[in-house]
Amino acid sequence: MDSSSLVQYILTGLAQGGLYALVGLGFVLIYNVTGIINFVQGEFVMLGAMLAVTYERMGLPLPMVIVLAVLSVALIGAGLEVISIRPARRATPLTLIIITIGLSLAVRGIALLIWGTDPLVIPAFSGTEPIKILGGALMPQQIWIMGATAVSVLALYIFLDLTVMGKAFRACVINKMGASLMGISPRRMSTLAFALGAAIGALGGVVFAPTLASYDMGVALGVKGFVAAVLGGLTSVPGVILSGFIVGIGESFGTAFISSGYKDAISLFILLLVLLVRPQGLFGIYGGKRV
Amino acid sequence: MKKRMFMLMSVVMVFVLVFVAGCGSGSTPTSTEKKPFVIGAVFDITGAASSLGIPEKNSAQMLVDQINKAGGINGHKVDLKILDDKSTPAEAALDIKQLIEQDKVLAVIGASTSGASMSMVPIAMDKQIPMVSAAASALIVRPASEHKWIFKTAQPDDLVAKVVVKYLKDHNLTNVAFVPVNNDFGNSGLKEFQNQAKEAGINIVTVQKFEASDTDMTAQLTKVRDAKPQAVIVWSTPPSAAYVAKSFKQLGLTMPQIQSHGIGNKAFIDVAGDAANGVIFPAGKLLAVDTLPSSDPQKSVLSKYASDYKATFPNQALSTFGGHAYDATKMVLDALKAGGDNPTPAGIRDYLEKISNYPGITGMFNMSASEHNGLDTSSMVWIKIDNGKWTLAQN
Repeated sequence: MDSSSLVQYILTGLAQGGLYALVGLGFVLIYNVTGIINFVQGEFVMLGAMLAVTYERMGLPLPMVIVLAVLSVALIGAGLEVISIRPARRATPLTLIIITIGLSLAVRGIALLIWGTDPLVIPAFSGTEPIKILGGALMPQQIWIMGATAVSVLALYIFLDLTVMGKAFRACVINKMGASLMGISPRRMSTLAFALGAAIGALGGVVFAPTLASYDMGVALGVKGFVAAVLGGLTSVPGVILSGFIVGIGESFGTAFISSGYKDAISLFILLLVLLVRPQGLFGIYGGKRV
Repeated sequence: MKKRMFMLMSVVMVFVLVFVAGCGSGSTPTSTEKKPFVIGAVFDITGAASSLGIPEKNSAQMLVDQINKAGGINGHKVDLKILDDKSTPAEAALDIKQLIEQDKVLAVIGASTSGASMSMVPIAMDKQIPMVSAAASALIVRPASEHKWIFKTAQPDDLVAKVVVKYLKDHNLTNVAFVPVNNDFGNSGLKEFQNQAKEAGINIVTVQKFEASDTDMTAQLTKVRDAKPQAVIVWSTPPSAAYVAKSFKQLGLTMPQIQSHGIGNKAFIDVAGDAANGVIFPAGKLLAVDTLPSSDPQKSVLSKYASDYKATFPNQALSTFGGHAYDATKMVLDALKAGGDNPTPAGIRDYLEKISNYPGITGMFNMSASEHNGLDTSSMVWIKIDNGKWTLAQN
């Protein structure tokens, strides 16, 4: 194998990993505030991609497509929280997780009715001519995906560290009881978490739409994002980003050095290994504070 | 106020019930009308293979609707029960059981993919109900002596492999890479290709598999590039087949990219975009129907199907898969016609086995006791994708 092939495996892994990280980030955000593993996360990605296709076909310009798709899905996310999670908020986390599984099936079914089963795509944002990097090739769209991951992380930091609402949000993560004594409504923060998680998922879906928009894409992406989230310890933002890239590069190198037939098995194997050896995840603190 | 609303609602409900019941009794079939013939179909309408299953469902339904509109078969309407196996073999097995046990169908059409069809075979054999699959794998009907009740209409993969191997030999491409999807379709294609390439002296330098749900095949194709083949053969269906083409373009590979008959629908071109240009693949004649010489024995059947389909489903593109289901449905309907007022599963089976010199959408069928597919290499032509369009390639 020459060095350009090695570069290509790394680039392929980074490009896939960026998407996994973005999906995983939504899991972490919602888990932190609500203690729920939100299995609708993959469907948020799907809705982002589907709505991007719909808006694009309405003839809207690209920036509008991105903003509208992300906002629409954020609203859907908040709406789903209000109608399904909030009424059951006194239930155990297990019950809530089962509710999210039901929701994901419902969302997928509705998407099937609206958009049908054909795979859809929108034109790539910046053309389809590959960019050469150290002998490897990257599509401009893959740079968009990594850019979307970077923007999401940056925006999260600004929101959480520099705004009052973000501080209230963090307070809720650290101590729900204390926060509500300070006049912060954990209920509203839970809705906010779903809206933000949905928005981040949708952004992933929008930048992925030139590759694929299909009613059932959320399952595969949701699993990979979940693996990244668990690997990162479920609560850590840097952890999930790094883990997303680990899964992506693991898959790409697994294809290169073991066998391409075991790509999906490799990411699940990494997950099992981590759960057995380090159940708190690579970057988690065991018994760490969560609400 | 509330009470009055309730009263009002109740009265309305009663009226609705009476009205609905009245309608029901009005449309009860009279005893003079002949009993409908019930046949079943299982297609991959949702899930990974839906780009195959939807045109198949449409084609079968269109044909049955046409027959019913023209008065049915021997005065009997045809009742086609279509079930969705969600692209999974397990669901396909449940579906065929339901069709046979509950709907008492005379014959079953489907499924769309080899995996789903394989899981239906033992059930059709056990219940002795004729089944006509629209899927590719030769193993569905072979050996015919052990598959008495099973027929199929799509080109078998060994036939396609033969066409591809001949092309490679004709063009002196002796070192090739094989890139199949990791499912029944890809693995069966790989096995057939390996057998025939060996006989023809063609060397497979590397085999790189991918999953049907993958969207980026650059890692696999990087390994292919390192193996330095003269041509790459891809064996899959859209959308994954389209991602191979995209990754192929991303890496700037320049050797010929030969895909399989699995990409004979518009979804491939839609998803691959400009990366589809230059891809060649063997396919049934349907895709090149407009450029086909009128001397071709299939020409009139193909033209009729193409214009009917476009008229019935104006928003959908033609696909060879729809043709597989159309052929399967048409054969079963012909068999029903031959059965008079009381067609039996055994009678249908015997009729299907005697079909010969039969111009279908997929090819000229010649069934026999030892051959339950009945197609030869003349049913395929080479198609090249040029500017997002299918064109007849020079052989």
